[in-house]
Amino acid sequence: MTCTVNGVPRTADDVWEGESLLYVLRERLGLPGSKNACEQGECGSCTVYLDGTAVCSCLVAAGQAVGREVVTVEGLSGGPDAEPGPVQRAFLAAGAVQCGFCTPGLIVAVDDLLSRNPHPTDPQIREALAGNLCRCTGYEKIMEAVRLAAGGQA
Amino acid sequence: MTTAIGRPIDRVDGPAKVTGAGRYSADVPLPGLVHAVVVGSRIPAGRIISIDTRAAEQANGVLAVLTHLNLPKGGSVPPLVPSLAGAAATGQTFFPMQDEVIHYAGQHVAVVVAETLEQAEHAATLLRIDYAAAPFVTTVEQGREQAYEARRIFGGFLPGRVERGDVDAGLAEAAVTVDLGYRYAANHHNPIECSATTAVWQGDRLTVYDATQGPNATLHTLAELLNVMPSHIRVVTDFVGGSFGCKAMIWDHPALAALAARHVGRPVRLALSREQMFSSVGHREQQEQQLTLGADAQGRLTAVRHHKLSPTSHFDDWAEPSLGVASQLYACPNYQGVYRLIRANTMTPTFTRCPGEASGMFALETALDELAERLGLDPLEIRLRNYAETTPGDGTPWSSKKLRECYRRGAELAGWDRRDPRVGALRDGDTLLGWGMATSAYPCYQPGNPQRARARLYADGSAVVQASISDIGTGSATAMTQVAADGLGVQLERVRFQYGDSDLPNTAAAVGSAGAGMVSAAVHVATTALRDQLIAQALADPGSPLHGADPRQVTVAEGRMALRERPDVGETYAALLQRAFMADAEAVGTWNPPPDTSGGSMTFGAQFAQVAVDPDLGLVRVRRLIGVFDAGRILNRKTAHSQLMGGMIWGMSHALLEGTRMGPDGRWANASLGEYLVPVNADAPEVVVETVESTDTVVNPLGVKGVGEVGMVGTAAAIANAIHHATGKRLHRLPITIEDLL
Repeated sequence: MTCTVNGVPRTADDVWEGESLLYVLRERLGLPGSKNACEQGECGSCTVYLDGTAVCSCLVAAGQAVGREVVTVEGLSGGPDAEPGPVQRAFLAAGAVQCGFCTPGLIVAVDDLLSRNPHPTDPQIREALAGNLCRCTGYEKIMEAVRLAAGGQA
Repeated sequence: MTTAIGRPIDRVDGPAKVTGAGRYSADVPLPGLVHAVVVGSRIPAGRIISIDTRAAEQANGVLAVLTHLNLPKGGSVPPLVPSLAGAAATGQTFFPMQDEVIHYAGQHVAVVVAETLEQAEHAATLLRIDYAAAPFVTTVEQGREQAYEARRIFGGFLPGRVERGDVDAGLAEAAVTVDLGYRYAANHHNPIECSATTAVWQGDRLTVYDATQGPNATLHTLAELLNVMPSHIRVVTDFVGGSFGCKAMIWDHPALAALAARHVGRPVRLALSREQMFSSVGHREQQEQQLTLGADAQGRLTAVRHHKLSPTSHFDDWAEPSLGVASQLYACPNYQGVYRLIRANTMTPTFTRCPGEASGMFALETALDELAERLGLDPLEIRLRNYAETTPGDGTPWSSKKLRECYRRGAELAGWDRRDPRVGALRDGDTLLGWGMATSAYPCYQPGNPQRARARLYADGSAVVQASISDIGTGSATAMTQVAADGLGVQLERVRFQYGDSDLPNTAAAVGSAGAGMVSAAVHVATTALRDQLIAQALADPGSPLHGADPRQVTVAEGRMALRERPDVGETYAALLQRAFMADAEAVGTWNPPPDTSGGSMTFGAQFAQVAVDPDLGLVRVRRLIGVFDAGRILNRKTAHSQLMGGMIWGMSHALLEGTRMGPDGRWANASLGEYLVPVNADAPEVVVETVESTDTVVNPLGVKGVGEVGMVGTAAAIANAIHHATGKRLHRLPITIEDLL
């Protein structure tokens, strides 16, 4: 299968069509930043952009991503050795990261929220991120990170 | 001189986590890696009559199918010892796939190894396993008649019965008594990362990348299970995606991954699925508690009788110690606590965040609220009247206790004195509002095994400090970097803390809120030893400006040693080492924990909750949670407060959402994140966390009491007490559901 991932055309061989996009990213394309945690679209840890729409990559079949553009958490910092992007910096500054396993999906979800709504209210943030489970932080620091990122302070 | 400790610095592991660069145990790339999946028993009791593996073995990509018929037999199962001790710590004293007997649903009965995960999962569906089912017990309701009093619980560490004074006499002299029965659903940890192990053999040497709270616990457990020398095993844990107790003890999947890897001669990754997490890594057991309190007319407790009944496995007498803190918190001369167990067809229950404190304190703190109401006392006042100035029982002094300050500050933040205490008096339109409060406490467990760390300073003045502990998301790597910087007297950015590796000096696992206190002690001892060693070298070196000085007059800051009174006289570590042609200097530090302090050392807190209840729909929304804690010294305010907040949301979740239901077929009925409810962002209230200044000179060198669990302890009771304030209903079952409020 061929698709564009983080701006680069990528090809993976021997892909079974039923494989998830998440599996292809993690196991075949060497991008394990997106996490596998529930396999049913409940937790949001595998959130990526597919043609600009945030999706749970565990629910996207590899065949559905053929010829399309995928952006993962690795793509939001502009490269593996680049500095973290603004949403990523906000998560660091606010202390919104604990174990970090929900973080990649949340970073994509927050990036998506702020691209659609640059100045969200607190209830809008909470609703927009209700599909991204975090078990460590209690969400308060994540709220702070989104406010920071929205305010351009990070 | 303290410069780094206490500062709210950003996480040292943060950049790797926000960019997706962090490699968790299922992310480690290895050439030739193949995938293993475990298959669980469909029945909770009985035996396997036959396993037909032919179709699975012939499926595309399959390398092996392991069952009890062909799994290589290994060593012995070590005893069940809590992983705190830095030794072997098996989750249960049963290892699967040794014979055909089934003890619980989900018990691992086969491992399928294939080139890809999808192939392994597909092949697993092709196994034909025929069972002969036997009668089973999986719940308190089914096993009540066969309950027995436990001689010891918790891996043999705690007695099954604790008594002081005369509880019957205490109840007889009471002016008021309450006698309440509590019921609790089972809970599953559900960290976002499912447990995973990647195992690779090189000859007779094994390297395991394991999601564990204790790399040493994994190492020593594997050594015994596989009958391999510990020297030939290395366990690496760079990142752990949360745990909450399910990665504290070592379950069978790391050993199965290692056995599978040896069998197929390739590196093997075994990642549990979310559903398998419900029957592979323990749980908080379903339980009932019966609590009887007696008090005199002034509200002073005269008796506490607290009994617990819960199912355990067929192999181990495990009950979370629900009665522990509740027996120690208030000054009451007469106490009786008894654990009764039921042999059930479940796996051995295990540590789950606040293992025991959350359930036991829910009972005590809601019962105390009820007692206060009967006596016409303010809930805060009854707690102050029973304030234990010394440890109840033997009267030893507390290592430190600033609980009064927590009460005072929490009440101030909540506006406690200004609320209308009458039931149902507060409203927001049609919505009923209520305030409740509860005390939190969590013991400082510090097992006796020595804690070690190693410090190395290079000739350019940069340093590496090492200890084996893993960072499960708590921030220990960040806090230890701060401790090391202060211990050495160098700048934070010149220190790297290396951790998560069994080859590094042994420490306790990151469990029981003890990691920060115990490991910081070792890091402190190692780094100050190296500092003292370097100062001694300077004093003995005729080429040093400090030659012949009094060591007590020498201080170190920013990598430079100098006389306290004459800061111009001194030199840098770098200058000292370079002059001596030394590339580096090194010291190992060992901290031996004091004899058992668990009776007289606790983290404390006061928690307040405001809830809104829709009287027509029975919906409860938590609006505010306030927690003020005495956790001893805070190493990093940012990470510590986040831990406390997360704990409080766990408490809210325990109160209102979490419960694993046992199906009539003896299997967990809601084994997914779709059906096992945990809070989402939209459920979270406003959370206020503060810590009070507290100095503890007894517990460990830096006075750290721990923050991992205490945030959760009082939350559920504060919420239930707030629901009573709003609605007048006393609820004694967790989780509290809509049905309870209609």
